[in-house]
Amino acid sequence: MTRFESELQAVADRVVDQAKSGEQIEAYVARGGETEVRVYQGDVEHFVAAQSEGIGIRVIRDGRTGFAYAGTLDEDAIREVLAEARDNVQFGTVDEWAALAEPDGVAVTEQTLWNDELADYPTDRKIDLAKELEKLASGADPRVRVDDSNYADAHGESAVASTTGIRMSGRENGCYVSVSTLADEGEGDDAETQTGFGFSVGRSPNEFDLDRAAREAADRATRLLGATQPPSRRVTVVLDPFVTAQFIGVISSTLNGEAVVKGRSLFRDRLGETVAASSVTLVDDPTNPKAYTATDVDGEGLAGRRNVLIQQGVLQQFVHNSYSARRAGTVSTGNATRGGFAGTPGVGCLALSLEPGTRSQDELIADVDDGLLVQQMQGLHSGVNPISGDFSTGAAGLLITNGAVGAPVREITIASTLQKMLLDVVEIGGDIEWLPMRSAGMSLVIRDVTMSGT
Amino acid sequence: MIERDVLQRVLAGAVSTGAEFAEVYAEDKRSTSAGLDDGKVEQVSSGRDRGAGIRVVAGETTGFAYTSDLSESGLATAATAAAAAASQGGGGVRTIALTSSPPHRPNTIERDPDSVAKAAKVELLERMNEAARSYGSEIVQVSAGYGDSRKQVLVANTDGVLTDDEIVRTLLRVSAVADGDTGMQTGYQSMGHTVGFEIFDTVDVEELAREAARQAITKLRARPSPSGAMPVVIKHGTGGVLFHEACGHGLEADHIQKGASVYAGKVGQQVASPLVTLVDDGTMPGEWGTLGFDDEGHITQRNVLIEDGILTDYMWDYLRARKDDRPQSGNGRRQSYQHLPMVRMTNTFVLDGPDDPDDIISSTPNGVYVAKLGGGSVNTASGDFVFGMTEAYLIENGEITEPLRDGNLIGNGPKVLADIDMLANDFAMGSPGTCGKDGQGVPVGDGQPTLRVKSLTVGGTA
Repeated sequence: MTRFESELQAVADRVVDQAKSGEQIEAYVARGGETEVRVYQGDVEHFVAAQSEGIGIRVIRDGRTGFAYAGTLDEDAIREVLAEARDNVQFGTVDEWAALAEPDGVAVTEQTLWNDELADYPTDRKIDLAKELEKLASGADPRVRVDDSNYADAHGESAVASTTGIRMSGRENGCYVSVSTLADEGEGDDAETQTGFGFSVGRSPNEFDLDRAAREAADRATRLLGATQPPSRRVTVVLDPFVTAQFIGVISSTLNGEAVVKGRSLFRDRLGETVAASSVTLVDDPTNPKAYTATDVDGEGLAGRRNVLIQQGVLQQFVHNSYSARRAGTVSTGNATRGGFAGTPGVGCLALSLEPGTRSQDELIADVDDGLLVQQMQGLHSGVNPISGDFSTGAAGLLITNGAVGAPVREITIASTLQKMLLDVVEIGGDIEWLPMRSAGMSLVIRDVTMSGT
Repeated sequence: MIERDVLQRVLAGAVSTGAEFAEVYAEDKRSTSAGLDDGKVEQVSSGRDRGAGIRVVAGETTGFAYTSDLSESGLATAATAAAAAASQGGGGVRTIALTSSPPHRPNTIERDPDSVAKAAKVELLERMNEAARSYGSEIVQVSAGYGDSRKQVLVANTDGVLTDDEIVRTLLRVSAVADGDTGMQTGYQSMGHTVGFEIFDTVDVEELAREAARQAITKLRARPSPSGAMPVVIKHGTGGVLFHEACGHGLEADHIQKGASVYAGKVGQQVASPLVTLVDDGTMPGEWGTLGFDDEGHITQRNVLIEDGILTDYMWDYLRARKDDRPQSGNGRRQSYQHLPMVRMTNTFVLDGPDDPDDIISSTPNGVYVAKLGGGSVNTASGDFVFGMTEAYLIENGEITEPLRDGNLIGNGPKVLADIDMLANDFAMGSPGTCGKDGQGVPVGDGQPTLRVKSLTVGGTA
């Protein structure tokens, strides 16, 4: 199979060709488009069809870095961006580790990231999908209304080139449907509304499972009706797959090589030590085609690769881009991330997963005497401090008593520390599912978590 | 940015297939940012974002397309795409006559950041780094960021509206990490205003950095936060996010019209303690959420949302106001030309109450004093909201005692508003915020006097 080469590669190449002696230049060029349909009560509420493009240029000279970007590929604008990036160089501090990535010989694991079926999918049918999902969700339960039902797709291609010999381009597309639901119960002062959501993702709309998305959206909202605030106490929590995926995402920021070299990771001195229960093996693997965020190359154009971060509870390695790796005296793990053309590469996990166990969620719950099945977390951005490790988040879910799921609870928080939670993992479920985020989900049981309520 | 006759032709073209409304929103933004971390200025970055979003409304359907091509042909192509998306058939020729609105500039810009040398911007970071590090030997890491932008905005629509505005923003942030026997702790401070570089004539950037360092070091001796429901006192100028989450989002007319807010149908009713008067005001000079016109070309204004505990009005944008046949309130906002506008807050704050802040503490036997809040989020339909505390202390026997580790607080909007039982007379605006909704972030301000909530659930472990 020949790799797809984007015509944007030539744009990036032309910028890099202008490098002067003693100057490192990297150009990242991207172009993309999106369709977004929102349906409400059987009508299209909005339809967005849009294209965008842009370029980001990084220049390094004598250990100083400058950067500039523009949201256009107009030739004059590109000239201006290069000039601005060069001008910005003089204000950077000399950094002996500042340099662009260099080809490292790691072979690219080809991924099928482009789907022609989606590219050719007719607009009317996209609208029909959102309408169909709305109908299914509102019909799933008499208490359920639909807040909005959506279809969205996006496609993008990008190219990166550098004076250090990086030259890589690619394209991908993907789509999803999602639905937000409201479930009502009671009247007057007793009236209560709870919310739910459901979604389905795919490389093509033919992979959607609308029935499941609708059912989950209705279940999530109705399950919480009648929820009360329980008394505070310590419990065993069983995290739903979606919640586990969010939790793993938080953990990943402590394994970020940039945080490590800058002294901001609570695991910075712990390589080779036990940091988690022995059942915990955590892997970042963007070459797994099942991962929603699977990719063949990272944000600096190096091959994506499988990295085992925690093996049976022992911390094996951190993830790095080329800068953090140089500082740490190691090599890039292919974990440069890039949010688009408007920024320089950061470091991050690309497709994380715990190694799944064997049992179902029901079997895990059967072993819990006093616990909480956590169905949603709220406020991960405000109540979790990945530097100190303090973990406190709003939650809602169902109480577990003597191995059986019982009454719904809300207006609670669950709290512990990240360090303690990893060691307190009791068991990992076998119910792995790949979600539209950088982590896979599965049920996860953690003991001795504080539930705050009344 | 775009000539009036070009706009008139593009708008006329956009409604030629029968739509009743079309709008062009164009922006040209230049920005500069600089980041310092680990003792080094990592990079200075310059950005240019320029483009137009075209919205066409036919019946209940909105079509939207955007382009970075501001030529007449580029705009016409986007207009055709937006019109096709909102297509209702029919058609006809309409002539659009645009009338320029008189300028409305709540902010005076004395020194355009574009005219300031990049070296002067970088120097601010170096001063903050130095100040935070020299505050105490426990400080092991400091990062600081500077950002400014100048955005020219033009809005024109088929109702004849034509406005142009220029928004200048200046932002500074600093975070410090302290290390001790109990692990690492963090402190964070930021300031942001819709004014130019002259802000640094009056703001003490070193003090901002020392404050971040002080927070981090203080928390080294923090004990785990308590767990459960208790009285919570929130320091002035830090807790505006409480109202932003507890009721602000729930008062946005889009949630109201879909019956997805606990405040739907409650205008004229008591929704908060009689102490509470809540205002959203996009005209406050220099504040982070201030605009001359909202992003639909409607002049910003001061809107009283809750007066003495009684719900007086919601916040409105073009579409929602049109549906209810009432005036807009200047709350139609969007992240950029690539986004559709929706109902958003600007600067949201609670007015002064009668109490002395010291009395509030001394009359609270036991509880938590929150000196700095982090972000928050809300479920508008259930009313449940959370917000983080990043600097907090125990209150014991009416006195502030030991520092507490970070955590979230959780409450239910209507219940918490009713539970505000003391409100001080020391109003202050808070730090600049970015409010996220439906995937879009917009700058917002908030403020409030010191206040007490009779009972809030504190999400600690102790």
